[in-house]
Amino acid sequence: MTLLEVKNLKTYFDTSKGLYKAVDGTSFDLDYGEALGLVGESGCGKTTCALSITRLLPKEGKIHGGEILLEKTDLVKLNDNEIRSRRWKDVSIIFQGSMNALNPVMKVGDQIAEAVILHEKASKKEALKRAEELFELVEMPSKRINNYPHEFSGGMKQRAMIAMALACNPKVIIGDEPTTALDVMVQAQILNLLEKLRKELKMGLILITHDLSILAETCDKIAVMYAGKIVEIGTIEDIFEKTAHPYTQRLISCFPNVGKEKILPPAIEGVPPNLLEPIKGCSFYPRCHMGIPICLEVEPESRGLGGKHFAACHRSGEVSHEQ
Amino acid sequence: MNNNNVIDIKDIKVHFDIKRSLAQDIIRKNKIILKAVDGVSFSIGKGEILSLVGESGSGKTTTGKAILQLAPLTAGSVDFLGEEVRQKDKAFMKRFRQNAQMIFQDPYQSINPRNIVLDIVAEPLDVHGLVKTEAEREEKVRIALEQAGMGPVEEYLYRYPHELSGGQRQRVVLASSMILEPTFVVADEPVSMLDASIRTGILRLLLELRDKKELSYLFITHDLSLAWLISDRIAIMYLGKIMEIGKPDLIIHKGAHPYTRALTAIMPQPGVNKRTERVILPGETPSPIEELKGCKFSTRCPIAKDICKEIEPLLEEIERGHFVACHFAKEI
Repeated sequence: MTLLEVKNLKTYFDTSKGLYKAVDGTSFDLDYGEALGLVGESGCGKTTCALSITRLLPKEGKIHGGEILLEKTDLVKLNDNEIRSRRWKDVSIIFQGSMNALNPVMKVGDQIAEAVILHEKASKKEALKRAEELFELVEMPSKRINNYPHEFSGGMKQRAMIAMALACNPKVIIGDEPTTALDVMVQAQILNLLEKLRKELKMGLILITHDLSILAETCDKIAVMYAGKIVEIGTIEDIFEKTAHPYTQRLISCFPNVGKEKILPPAIEGVPPNLLEPIKGCSFYPRCHMGIPICLEVEPESRGLGGKHFAACHRSGEVSHEQ
Repeated sequence: MNNNNVIDIKDIKVHFDIKRSLAQDIIRKNKIILKAVDGVSFSIGKGEILSLVGESGSGKTTTGKAILQLAPLTAGSVDFLGEEVRQKDKAFMKRFRQNAQMIFQDPYQSINPRNIVLDIVAEPLDVHGLVKTEAEREEKVRIALEQAGMGPVEEYLYRYPHELSGGQRQRVVLASSMILEPTFVVADEPVSMLDASIRTGILRLLLELRDKKELSYLFITHDLSLAWLISDRIAIMYLGKIMEIGKPDLIIHKGAHPYTRALTAIMPQPGVNKRTERVILPGETPSPIEELKGCKFSTRCPIAKDICKEIEPLLEEIERGHFVACHFAKEI
């Protein structure tokens, strides 16, 4: 059974300038113990996707269509009370810059216990014991639950946030740029920890990042997002070796291939489209180096390329050869 | 000393006094000193790019600022084109400020949101009183913006920063740093706030300017792969000290310091990788306030021996142009 299935998700923001289509028809699925990397430039809808799954959208944002099936329950259809009881127990999220998300005037252990008391109806004592266990799980000394956030370093705060996200044994955990503000060495530690935990606890992990290079070692599948849509999705091998979308190809070539030739890759010229305006044809066309007349007219559909590899491009078969 | 060097720094130290509480004052504890930069020496030749790589708190930015006299030097000397910068007269300092520029990390914070692009880029000209007429001022700004790849210029001259994208903002920052035609630029993480897709545009620009005008850069970054790509030499910094310095390929493939090797081991690589067991250093960089005896890296070093905790290793040349500060550099 699939753990999480997102089908044709549409999340729009109601702004004074009109409807902003942040996520517009996104589909993917996630299995137990599987890790999916969601990658794309800023503003492509990665975070909105995460907020839709956790139903934490700001009041301007609404899910206009699609389904989010978690073990066959559609999270979109749940009312506020129902989702509140499921959030953190079923799906939890580690936020971007979560080091600043901790309450500075509350002991870290108490903050973790809060969620346990609320969801598991545990006593304070039991909840604190759980917090200690969680600290050990994220490789921190359990006595540190009595510290305040300012007594922690950046990496330790991030570990505490992961402990908090694990508090109620969620089935899916979403990491929204969980390592962006950290040092390279600490980033490697945190990514290793997340990988270990998801395998041990059989959780589904969605890792959101703009850094394609860190996904290769941490994830099983990668979904590349552009302008609110997934333009290519597949296994690590599919994405890196059988690249089928010109955007993916350009994104990969943006990272220096250390040890090989020292060439500065071409930048992807231009900017992503304005999502307030209707887009005709392929949204990547204005920046694409492989565009043909049909791209301007017809929006490419996501087509299967064997296995779980899908790409939305009229010339998907020709991409790898053009490098 | 080689007189072709644009920048020569010798054993520079930047120490900050940490404020103590009244209680600590009363019990007369020793002064608390934060050693941000603790004895750094290197030189940068004409048209050379030296990358300074390290984790946050390693003193990269403070080194850059100290060279530009933007942070107070506790000890050591900075020579610019063979002349010592410290204690020079006003005329020299003025010349120095024109010739040595800095590019800051965050284009969302480094430009005044209430100024239009024209005024932002022209500000250095105004400060140094280099233009007489409005027409001349605008002309120079146009050239600088065009050089920074902001074409067509007319479209941007009268815009405010909030109307620009991150990449465009960084180009504006570049234009205003380059408008005085400096010979030396400290680029402090100039692309780390930008998306990967627009990074290379900015990098290309920096390299083009180097090629055209023989600019020298001190390129500060935490991204080793980026440093490998663009620089002529890489210096690895840890807790205010240089651990290793050498050609990029040497650092990446034949790094002799255990810290360098830990950094290269975790360097993320796009592509299908065999998931090899990587050596990840435990813990985090200790605070620069702590007095560490011996090698500063010894607390986290996988091969530290007794000698490392006693005697601090000096930066030694193990082969031509490759300097390492480790007691066991030759054995690795």
